[in-house]
Amino acid sequence: MSGRMIADKTVKYVLFVNAILSIVIVLAIAFFIFRESIQAWTEIGFSDIVFKSVWRPGQDQYGILAMIVGSVAVTFGAIVLGVPLAIGSAIFLGEIAPKGVQSLLRPAVQLLGGIPSVVYGLFGMVVLVPLLRRINVPGNSGYGLLAASIVLAVMILPTITSVAEDAIRAVPDSYRSGSLALGATRWQTITQVVIPAGKSGIVAAIILGVGRALGETMAMIMVIGNSVIFPQPLTANPLTLFLSQARTLTGNIAVEISYATGVHESALFATGVVLFALIIIVNVSARWLINRQSAITTTRQG
Amino acid sequence: MINENLEPMLHNNSATLRSNLKVRSASQNFWFSIMWLAGLITLVVLLLVLGYVIVQGGKAVNWEFLTTAPRGGLSGEGGISTTLGTTVYLVIITLLIATPLGVGAAIYLIEYAGEQGLTSPIMRVLISITNFAVETLAGIPSIIFGLFGYALFVSTLRFGWSLLSASLAGACLVLPTVIRTTEEALLTVPDDYRRGSLALGATKWQTLYKVVLPAGLPGIITGIILSVGRIISETAVFFVTLGGSHRLPTSIMEGGRTLALHLYYLAMDTNAFDKAMGTGAVLVILIILINLTINIISSKLTAKVRGG
Repeated sequence: MSGRMIADKTVKYVLFVNAILSIVIVLAIAFFIFRESIQAWTEIGFSDIVFKSVWRPGQDQYGILAMIVGSVAVTFGAIVLGVPLAIGSAIFLGEIAPKGVQSLLRPAVQLLGGIPSVVYGLFGMVVLVPLLRRINVPGNSGYGLLAASIVLAVMILPTITSVAEDAIRAVPDSYRSGSLALGATRWQTITQVVIPAGKSGIVAAIILGVGRALGETMAMIMVIGNSVIFPQPLTANPLTLFLSQARTLTGNIAVEISYATGVHESALFATGVVLFALIIIVNVSARWLINRQSAITTTRQG
Repeated sequence: MINENLEPMLHNNSATLRSNLKVRSASQNFWFSIMWLAGLITLVVLLLVLGYVIVQGGKAVNWEFLTTAPRGGLSGEGGISTTLGTTVYLVIITLLIATPLGVGAAIYLIEYAGEQGLTSPIMRVLISITNFAVETLAGIPSIIFGLFGYALFVSTLRFGWSLLSASLAGACLVLPTVIRTTEEALLTVPDDYRRGSLALGATKWQTLYKVVLPAGLPGIITGIILSVGRIISETAVFFVTLGGSHRLPTSIMEGGRTLALHLYYLAMDTNAFDKAMGTGAVLVILIILINLTINIISSKLTAKVRGG
């Protein structure tokens, strides 16, 4: 009897330690990345890192502004290209597609999310970049923000589609019945009832997509060109901005960490701190919206 | 008199109503076609990427490619045998670390946290922080796990670029996946099972070990297979923790390169795009097989739940 009870208690404590391990890991990640970056913050200074855009490790210049802009620009491009497609697919899957089409498309979206990012990067290098190189603008190499935005748009599509579809499915059927009974068409029901009711969840899906886009590394290195230049239009036409090469925060870390030492290495950890901070802000706001969504749907149902 | 006045009005009204309905149906048809198009484009993108990689890459894949070691260096010559081996080692070691930790955490969160939370407010706070931490881990980009692994395992603990450093960092990366899928699996086990076992005099742990875990096993296995897929696809973490040697590691303290890393090195450092594409084809086929397995298990699960 007591043996069983002791075993029972021991197991409980062991499992408890397992459970709080996640907290320990999050804290350890924050601690180690910050600790390694301290040298950079003290020796170079916060404003010289975050607000300057010249990155020349050989000459002790460690400004990452160009890369912050690079990360933000490529994320923006991916959102513009990917979100309409992703939300369209989510509405299609959740409200319109017949059962048979659903059971084909849903695994397809899942598979799209499982393809390794290096495969997307390679596809970008071999297929997309040569195509974009044909755009006749001086200085256009094919590698750059546009190629990276297109690749990234495909990569965030599965995340946004599946989270947005969940939000759409979470809207109670009584909402739809009510609207249809009042004589609204199915499309009117979708735009005037279902989407407004699932709005927070859909916005959260997009924000999670932003988080994934900011964090993507290898595929970006492969197609964005990696030159540390402040992205700017190649000609008088402002749209040629997207043919400009760039480097992302993630790419900066991955490309240089294996040979960096001293302040240079510390500056790469500082890049990581900035990225970490951006991602935490993005994810916390997504989480807050999803919680609000489920709170809304439960109170309304009850 | 009244009728004569009313008649044309009614007639008019239903006419406007009818034409209004026509406009609304036309608008619906238009937008529904746009949504169909969105779904179709998604499907086409998938088929395009998969088709291109498998057809173009397939040309480089043959028995020799799979069983020869890569020569290394800038030539890109040779096959992928050692990278397949390294991938298998890494998957096994990472899951040996992550599975017990993740499954244990999920068991606690689902089976114990509720009652603990009822009795102690401190536990309640701790549990909600834990859930927040799992969410946060799931959202952290893999290069940050890489940086962390580099700082802690490679440098501070002096494990160097090795299978050990890479699998420890990889375990942190897949931990939230294992926890969340196990939680879902445990939630589908009906409470009657637990009550039945407890009523027979089993302790809580006996109930979990002999009744709940076996019942939730298919779901837990799904989570583990999902993690296998993540480790095979992952590059950024291992790029900064695994070194990149093209040789097969002979101990846990040696580095190597996975299939995905090999693809990256081929594409960036050599001109052997055909070999890179061949490696991509092997990767994509592995991922398709993994997805198929998961779908088969989960459709069986759904059938079982509905049947019971």
